[in-house]
Amino acid sequence: MSNFYTDNPDLKHHLTHPMMEKIVALKERNYTDAEKFDYAPFNFADAMDNYDKVLEVVGEVCGEHIASRAEDVDHQGPHVENGRVIYADGTKENLEICRKAGLMGMAMPRRYGGLNFPITPYIMAADIVSRADTGFENLWGLQDCAETIYEFANEDQKSRYIPRVCQGETMSMDLTEPDAGSDLQSVMLKATEQPDGTWLLNGVKRFITNGDSDIHLVLARSEDGTKDGRGLSMFIYDKRNGGVNVRRIENKMGIKGSPTCELVYKNAKAELVGSRKLGLIKYVMALMNGARLGIAAQSVGVSELAYREALAYARDRKQFGKAIIEFPAVYEMLSSMKAKLDASRSLLYECARYVDLYKVYDDIAKERALTPEEKKESKQYSKIADALTPLAKGMGSEYCNQNAYDCIQIHGGSGFMKDYACERLYRDARITSIYEGTTQLQVVAAIRYVTTGAYLNLIKEYEAMEVKPELQGLKNRLIELAKIYADVVEKVTSVKEPAYVDFMARRMVEMAADIIMGHLLLQDAQRNDSFTRSAEVYCNLIQSEVAKHAEFIANFSLDNIEVYKQA
Amino acid sequence: MSLNIIVLAKQVPDTRNVGKDAMKEDGTINRAALPAIFNPEDLNALEQALRLKDANPGSTITLLTMGLPRASEIIREAIYRGADTGIVLTDRVLGGADTLATSYSLAQAVKKFGNFDIILGGRQAIDGDTAQVGPQIAEKLGLPQVTYAEEILDLKDGKVTVKRRLESGVETVVAPLPCVVTVNGSAAECRPRNARRIQKYKYAVSPSEKQKLSDELKAIVDARPYLNLQEWSAAYVDADPEQIGLPGSPTKVKAIENVVFTAKESLTIENNDTEIENLVKELIANHTIG
Repeated sequence: MSNFYTDNPDLKHHLTHPMMEKIVALKERNYTDAEKFDYAPFNFADAMDNYDKVLEVVGEVCGEHIASRAEDVDHQGPHVENGRVIYADGTKENLEICRKAGLMGMAMPRRYGGLNFPITPYIMAADIVSRADTGFENLWGLQDCAETIYEFANEDQKSRYIPRVCQGETMSMDLTEPDAGSDLQSVMLKATEQPDGTWLLNGVKRFITNGDSDIHLVLARSEDGTKDGRGLSMFIYDKRNGGVNVRRIENKMGIKGSPTCELVYKNAKAELVGSRKLGLIKYVMALMNGARLGIAAQSVGVSELAYREALAYARDRKQFGKAIIEFPAVYEMLSSMKAKLDASRSLLYECARYVDLYKVYDDIAKERALTPEEKKESKQYSKIADALTPLAKGMGSEYCNQNAYDCIQIHGGSGFMKDYACERLYRDARITSIYEGTTQLQVVAAIRYVTTGAYLNLIKEYEAMEVKPELQGLKNRLIELAKIYADVVEKVTSVKEPAYVDFMARRMVEMAADIIMGHLLLQDAQRNDSFTRSAEVYCNLIQSEVAKHAEFIANFSLDNIEVYKQA
Repeated sequence: MSLNIIVLAKQVPDTRNVGKDAMKEDGTINRAALPAIFNPEDLNALEQALRLKDANPGSTITLLTMGLPRASEIIREAIYRGADTGIVLTDRVLGGADTLATSYSLAQAVKKFGNFDIILGGRQAIDGDTAQVGPQIAEKLGLPQVTYAEEILDLKDGKVTVKRRLESGVETVVAPLPCVVTVNGSAAECRPRNARRIQKYKYAVSPSEKQKLSDELKAIVDARPYLNLQEWSAAYVDADPEQIGLPGSPTKVKAIENVVFTAKESLTIENNDTEIENLVKELIANHTIG
């Protein structure tokens, strides 16, 4: 009997973070839903107990069912028949059990049939599902798209579509095209308005995860003759209406259970979401932030599995008369894996909590005017969430790849064979640093928080937090690292040359992320001694990382860039 | 057509993960060392009941269990999966019951329950492994019984069609209602606990559990009738004191030994009819089989 929630006390540690009390009270509007819905909590403890119990179900469904099917799903994969996707058998069973367990539409309000979970416990479920089957996390996690409908669609659309998602219908976000990948402004799928107010979609989409879903969010060009992002709008396409066929699915390296589709739209009837022209510049940006948090969770799930697989193997495998875990080269690798896992998970939930806070204020603002104080808070939280999201996604996905790599390394030759889960998770991990914005694009999103000083301000806030005397030494080291970071940022920005900032962006963003994660681990250790080891290992790790970046930048002047340029 | 379904279930020690301290010195089960779980085949039975309910909207499923007061835990587990309510038959005088006394006590509870269409239960419990209680209840109630059920294929016009899993294959039988069906572990696995039902029913309590709740929770349970589970005593089900508990149990445990199987000798035979026939003859002759 394995339960991926109860076997991992780190999850409960993050679930019970002190900030949750505020998040839950806001999310539950001071528990007023309890009068209207028989499954709504009546106070904070009751709500937390609900999250705990439901996550236990997630853990059981994942540990007992989904994980055991992951290998078969990876081998069988989905296929296309007559323009429709047929999932692998295990995927069908996974979807069915998630529906029966009521794990769809978790974050949607109760009036649409959802569980009204805050983002934080929902993201925790994603973390758990990803550990069980990374590819399946995509299909399950696309319930996120309902959030976009909830935020931007009209009431009629919300009441027609969200309950269907809560009942278990799947979603997709149809954004990319053959010539519009990272550059979504180039989307060409054509949307034509009909006299009755509906729209017809024509064109091709490519690399669409779960592209044969029941309910699609589609980015299309509604403004004839435009070429940039301002000519794009967001649409809902309902599979029941027909008009979209799957031409082919990609043969991928990893997450093979998740079908990646090429879609052909032929006069597919669709309805507009929100206002014209805001498709990319407002709705997709919001959607992407949510999706990036989802990938951050997916990455942490893979890291968790990588660490566990490596640990189990290292304890079991004997060479030279002892278990290989006793060799420094191996236990150092394992402790670094754990430190990276813990660091990225802390950042994930820190980010999730701020997303929770600003989103709940946005939601309350639909019901009543926020007080000036609330407005100020909301703005502040939204800024922190936006600053942390690219770090959580970027660093989380890079760490999960590093952990997957080390997991195979610890398995040695056996890891290179198809006999162990590590080869699957190595392939599954690879996409996390690519889709929903490559790591390089996360850096582009994050660099403004370096140059405006937002990360430094955040670091200062962490520095002001209290730690136990035994953690003070680590904290002092982090304070020193922040000084190095501040000096580097000062040096790079003072050159006043955008190309120079861009060139150094990755280094500076990583430094900021390292220091932030260091502080988060310190705060974890403050609440729970079990994190002290990871905090120390992580501090050692980033001390050399920060020094490495600082050294590189110190020895680099603007004209050095020339030697790097490639034709 | 809405059905009134009773599911018999038992809370059992998890004998699937037995450690070295699972048995006490005297050979009885050390219940403290083993987690208490929903007997696995009773979950298979519950799934069959839930499917009947899916197919017959408006049906109600009542879980009936005999055991310690804490057995209401499995009633909640069943409700999280889709059952409606449950009854714990619990009483000190019921303790120490063997299968005869247990089936008598449960049969009395079923009589007290009144009208029902079908009783479902697991084939056997993993603590005793007797597979006797279901059939004995059917006998005591004078009802037809279908054992080793793998799937309920159909239920209509006062009849139930059941696929049975036998050693040699499958058999499909039709039985008149009401009847008792015991379900095999090869039947469909029970559906998971449902997130919304957990949140709705997590405070469902028996009267003895309710007493231990805070005033705030008591008020909630009082205000929501569906949160009140039932607890029945031996007297409430009109049980004859001589037929229940230890007095009603002719089975006496004389001794329990730890048996370790060791193969002392082995015999290899060729894979042909003559050799196999000779072996069978020998086994019959020495009374190993037959």
